Amino acid sequence: MFPSDYLYTEEHEWIRIEDDLCVLGITDFAQNELGEVVYVEVPELGETYEAGDEIGTIESVKAVAEIYTPVGGEIVEVNSALEDSPNLVNDDPHGDGWIVKLRFSAKEDLSSLMDADRYQEYVKAQD
Amino acid sequence: MTQPERPTPKRTPLHDCHVKAGAKLVEFAGWEMPVRYRGEIEEHRTVRQAAGLFDVSHMGEIRVRGAGAAEFLQRLTPNDVTKLRPGRAHYSGLLTEQATYIDDLLIYQLAEGDYLLVVNAANTDEDLAWILSHPRQDCEVRDETSAYALLALQGPKAADILARHTAVDLAAMRYYRFVEGEVCGVAGLISRTGYTGEDGFELFLPPEKAPGVWNELLSSGAGDGLIPTGLAARDTLRLEAGMALYGHEIDSTTTPLEAGLNWVVKLKKGEFIGRDVLVAQQERGVECKLCGFEIRGRGIARQGNAVLHQGREVGRVTSGTWSPTFEKAIGTAYVPAELAVEATALEIAVRKRRLEAVVVKLPFYQRS
Repeated sequence: MFPSDYLYTEEHEWIRIEDDLCVLGITDFAQNELGEVVYVEVPELGETYEAGDEIGTIESVKAVAEIYTPVGGEIVEVNSALEDSPNLVNDDPHGDGWIVKLRFSAKEDLSSLMDADRYQEYVKAQD
Repeated sequence: MTQPERPTPKRTPLHDCHVKAGAKLVEFAGWEMPVRYRGEIEEHRTVRQAAGLFDVSHMGEIRVRGAGAAEFLQRLTPNDVTKLRPGRAHYSGLLTEQATYIDDLLIYQLAEGDYLLVVNAANTDEDLAWILSHPRQDCEVRDETSAYALLALQGPKAADILARHTAVDLAAMRYYRFVEGEVCGVAGLISRTGYTGEDGFELFLPPEKAPGVWNELLSSGAGDGLIPTGLAARDTLRLEAGMALYGHEIDSTTTPLEAGLNWVVKLKKGEFIGRDVLVAQQERGVECKLCGFEIRGRGIARQGNAVLHQGREVGRVTSGTWSPTFEKAIGTAYVPAELAVEATALEIAVRKRRLEAVVVKLPFYQRS
């Protein structure tokens, strides 16, 4: 259900490592809770963040959720398709619905994250 | 130590239908309800363009019956009960002595001295307690919620779809009228009422027969575009239509006049609870008033957000969402009466930002 090569946060973000870049999005669980996404507020290119910072928001018809980065780093790419097609977050949350890519600064940030199996259990316990 | 258990939410007679349809179920007012099926935006648009079928069986029904029923309800509510006839319903309220809301409701006159009150699910118990706390003569009050399943068929195609399943002459039914009749061979009440701003019908059915009616209507209406529709779409539809929701536009701090529900208040009819306060408000004018607004630019205002005028906080958002019909963020708020006029510029504080808003007339949407 959740991609096995991703890592997950308790706030329902996922990250995927591509060399020194970290791709970030929200999980299928999160998009289902939010409902249909209408706006995605993304950070500016070049901005730097620390692990745990709020980097943007996702607005659905009925709710808004903050997006937090589990790793510190610099925003090197933003998914511009989300401007006109915010529904990508609902339709393909683990793929085309990715939100940002960061060049991340500290490898040790990853140790507190969950793997797919642990995240699956975590999500089950939310019910 | 064992944890205290949360009471299991109640299920409507159509629960299995929702599960089968893949609905996302959430707890609402102590009931497990479908918040959406395919998607709330699609469901909303389908109600505006074709038709949607809602399960609203969680709503409460209170029967008030007897020779003294009319007089009792006349004292208890601000609208004029003497203007009802068998087969007519009207929108009203249960008000405190301060003219603030206990609940809003529909009152249906079933027969001489026989009324059915349809109330919000979240307030059914409080409404019953309030009604029972008032002295009455020759008047019996009973909670009949469990006797009814309630379906709402709403949209421009609703009449065409329903006409295939009832011998009742729907074309002759005016808005806020109802009849006893059969739908899909099941005896119940058919009323031309709704909470979406579209034409539509609400069907009061025996609970055990409701799933059959639900399935038959959906299968017959599929060709017209009929789909099951959930509470999320219900909320965006009613907000576009400028209809109040208890806990948002109306609550224990607001009067009907402040909420713009002047047409519900019939001061000339005689004594009723809250009348004195409303007379005074009518004479002086209300201090704060409900207005509608739309957001310029990105961002969505939500209930509780502060409303500012020229930098000063003047009120709070009561409802806010993104409108699927207008593709912009809309909302309602209480502001000082002099600001509740079309074109007033406001700002809404949303997290760290200030969104630009402008007052617009309610309702946002009216069907042609």
